[in-house]
Amino acid sequence: MNIHIKGGRIIDPANQLDQIADLYISDGKISAVGEAPNGFVAETTIDASDKVVCPGLIDLCAHAREPGPSQKGSIKTETMAAVAGGITTMITPPTTSPIIDNSAVAELIKDRCNEAGRMTIKPMGALTKGLEGEQLAPMMALASSGCIAFTNARLPIANSLVMMRCLEYAATHDLLVIFQAQDAALAKGGCMHDDSTCTRLGLNGIPESAETIEIARCLLLAEQTGVRAHFGQLSCERSVRMITEARERGLPVTADVSIQNLLLTDESVNGFNNDFHLIPPLRSQLDRAGLIQGLLGGSIQAICSDHQPHERAAKEAPFADTEPGMIGLETLLPLALLLVEQNMLDLPQLIEKLTSEPAKILGLESGTLTTGANADICIFDPTEEWTLTPENSYSRGKNTPFMNYPLRGKVSYTFHQGQQVFPQAH
Amino acid sequence: MFEQTDPNQIQLTAEGELKHFITTEGLSLEILTEILDTADSFVDMSAKQVKKVPLLRGKTVVNLFFEASTRTLSTFELAAKRLSADVLNLNISTSSTSKGETLKDTLMTLHAMHSDMFVVRHSSSGAAHFIAEHVTPDVAVINAGDGRHAHPTQAMLDMLTIRQAKGEFAPLSVAIVGDILHSRVARSQIHALRTLGVTDIRVIAPNTLLPRHIESLGVKVYTNMQQGIKDVDVVMMLRLQKERMNSALLPSESEFYKLYGLTMDKLALAKPDAIVMHPGPINRGVEIASSVADCERSLILDQVTNGIAVRMAVMSMAMSGQAKSRPNPHEAGE
Repeated sequence: MNIHIKGGRIIDPANQLDQIADLYISDGKISAVGEAPNGFVAETTIDASDKVVCPGLIDLCAHAREPGPSQKGSIKTETMAAVAGGITTMITPPTTSPIIDNSAVAELIKDRCNEAGRMTIKPMGALTKGLEGEQLAPMMALASSGCIAFTNARLPIANSLVMMRCLEYAATHDLLVIFQAQDAALAKGGCMHDDSTCTRLGLNGIPESAETIEIARCLLLAEQTGVRAHFGQLSCERSVRMITEARERGLPVTADVSIQNLLLTDESVNGFNNDFHLIPPLRSQLDRAGLIQGLLGGSIQAICSDHQPHERAAKEAPFADTEPGMIGLETLLPLALLLVEQNMLDLPQLIEKLTSEPAKILGLESGTLTTGANADICIFDPTEEWTLTPENSYSRGKNTPFMNYPLRGKVSYTFHQGQQVFPQAH
Repeated sequence: MFEQTDPNQIQLTAEGELKHFITTEGLSLEILTEILDTADSFVDMSAKQVKKVPLLRGKTVVNLFFEASTRTLSTFELAAKRLSADVLNLNISTSSTSKGETLKDTLMTLHAMHSDMFVVRHSSSGAAHFIAEHVTPDVAVINAGDGRHAHPTQAMLDMLTIRQAKGEFAPLSVAIVGDILHSRVARSQIHALRTLGVTDIRVIAPNTLLPRHIESLGVKVYTNMQQGIKDVDVVMMLRLQKERMNSALLPSESEFYKLYGLTMDKLALAKPDAIVMHPGPINRGVEIASSVADCERSLILDQVTNGIAVRMAVMSMAMSGQAKSRPNPHEAGE
């Protein structure tokens, strides 16, 4: 299949490319940028004028909920939401049911993803068996079944010796470890940032130290063991400073942040709006500024959706009794474009944090439009205005404060390995 | 990026009248004063031979208590009966929820029975908000305590007690002592006191019992009781739950009593005519000495009496506001 994508603004940060040009796809691969390859005859031509053509987005954290509670989502529904959002690779946490702590579960996810046939899912494997924080999970077996990194998610490894052993073992095999840092005791029962809004609402707070204490412990053990470490979904300014300091000392650590933590603060929880019940919590204005600073300064390399679909009932209760998290696959790009609109960074810099940088963290070859690479491509209109509605959204979860919110920037086409996966072919 | 609307507006009609009573926060001086004035009229009535008025005749009030309570439930029941309402008491902590029914389902079931008012106590902060905003906005919701968030009728009966004893609010110094962290009563008292004009509000507790940035509510923080209680006009004690001792918040009851318990010695540091209040039930020898609880400056029993009047006041006001904000069924039918 030969596809000619015509006249778009091609932004490929990995190759420092930002120009109006044509892109050619043959046999699922990028065959040329600029001039057509010899003898290229297009079977499909796509007019991309006034649109941006960039690598398919790579989302470092999104829950697909399969295997697990199908009322929240499935690989079929959530991959559709992902490609509607221009995402062609997503990393899913091991907190499925059953947990990804054995090859069978990882293989199941791979099979279901292939069945859906739209995009790439790279699951994170469990760092410890059952995520119980006691015994090492079979990391090499999981890696050979497709797990790209290992994490204990937000579940505690209380015993620091066990943690050290996990990191030593991962380092032995050069496996990436992802920390979603949270001290279990300090975060217990908490449902929002511990500050004046929390005090007024009478909710249980999660202090910054719930994150920073765990980051400190993980950083010290990462340094000692030499493991490749990535910190997911930072929420505190202080966390950013700790990561910055570690990187300055030459530690191979990276970090990401969710788009919601870059845009919103804890004041949104006012009035007990359950859509803002998130873990990690939305924090103060100062924390938000620190996260943006970290993103601009390079301490935080990537932006993720932290997509967490829920059924309606999970969000229909008093605030603390609801399940935390919001959906984000379909809004990741338009929300991230707000950072460009607010002149925090330019468009190529933003695309970098959604494509080539996450690829680099994971050691993936995707996230670029280099000739010969898989044709994972997102084509979007950066000025198109639209709203996400319960009717037009693809995710099974409808839980987001951005439902019916005016968005700017919409995905027009998504290609995965040269196949048009959005809009769906009829 | 989202426009901040005042979340407390959900308790008011378009005309600014009360239709739910969920929190004292954000209510105007006029509304708080109207509650106190209305309650005053019911206080006078309660002393008479015939204690009933027909304000809620034909209405069904459901007391929904998801958390055990004796005094609040019984005063709400009495208040509703004195307003001539039909009253249903449901203690749900032991029934539906243990069968897996959600709060929403429980409420929708009761709604289908054509209830006119829900008096709700729930262990989760925001429960009353949730019900009024998302479940049954056309049923008047009275918050009888939600988690640590608010207990507005308790705060208003405290305000009534203070007004009866002191007259004016503005010149007063008020100390709130004890477990501020877990206290919905303290939060509601602070909002009400500020709106009524008290500028010197003090909270007195060790750091383990103070929520973060409590000073953002407009109070002064004291960790030393002797300093905090000095020259105050009103001392409001809070109940200390015994289980707090097991959660590393305090070393022992006796140490708490020594440092923060209200004794005659400590009370002597307040103004000579200072009054003592407590939402009850009191823990004698934990947060308050028996000699203080039983002395003539203690208004603890007046608070209980006022509780009925205040609850009658907010119930009648909310029902009237709710009725006005509902479409008239006869007009709609024609």
